[in-house]
Amino acid sequence: MEEVKEQLISLPRLGERAPAFEAVTTQGMLKLEDFEGRWLILFSHPADFTPVCTTEFIAFAEIFPELQKRDVDLLGLSVDSVSSHIAWVRNVEEKTKVKIPFPIIADLNKEVSLAYGMIHPGQSKTETVRCVFIIDPNQIIRTILYYPLTTGRNMDEILRIIDALQTTDKNAVATPANWRPGDMVVVPSPNTQEMAEERLKQGYECVDWYLCKKKL
Amino acid sequence: MACISPDGKPTESGTKMLRAIESGMGAAEEIASSAGLPLFRVKSGLRELTQAGLANLKDDKYELSSKGAELLDSLST
Repeated sequence: MEEVKEQLISLPRLGERAPAFEAVTTQGMLKLEDFEGRWLILFSHPADFTPVCTTEFIAFAEIFPELQKRDVDLLGLSVDSVSSHIAWVRNVEEKTKVKIPFPIIADLNKEVSLAYGMIHPGQSKTETVRCVFIIDPNQIIRTILYYPLTTGRNMDEILRIIDALQTTDKNAVATPANWRPGDMVVVPSPNTQEMAEERLKQGYECVDWYLCKKKL
Repeated sequence: MACISPDGKPTESGTKMLRAIESGMGAAEEIASSAGLPLFRVKSGLRELTQAGLANLKDDKYELSSKGAELLDSLST
């Protein structure tokens, strides 16, 4: 019966408001609304005390200062108890000297996991897959990444996406493939023939009217 | 509870928040800055402190309650 219910819950989509929650974490009871006004990376991992997850937590802790510079908070999640989370992060600190500075949701009743579509029964019926939800200061979902249980996430790509989203919001532009901060950005496509003709006179670097780039 | 221990005493972060309120910081952002805590933790902590009767929200500003003031006094002595 529970399996049927899980299948009927729709997954959140880009551009939609992030599902609200109130959850037990390693830093107390937190609500999604507590993060309003700042960017939030909500990510899930399969389980505490597992090897790939441990490497990811160390990697998230390493990019934490860069995320803070960008006004981004981090919030982890797995279907483990808060005692397990506390024991795990203490163990990570003891063995690797890396302190985990962000809170982790103890989603034992799977309320948050199911609301965010983090459990993929084809991979595991009990563990969350490696999801990343990038939520903007208005609590709109801006990026969703899913990784399988066996593949650890790429922190450079997560930082790159944050930089791209913040650049897009600030300058009303888009970013091309493999864009990095400092690279040229894509000028939004023109909507009319007149705009297309004007576009070619504006000093942009254009392949043609529909693909123009500029320096910021 | 992140701000109040099971024995009813404020934690280190709870005490920092109460001290910030005592010094006149009324908005969550001000309290976070003064206490050196992330804003999300302060928002969550302020819910705890008000539920415990240690702080009150009045006209969108947090104030120390008489119970909260007494608690801080007892910590100082």
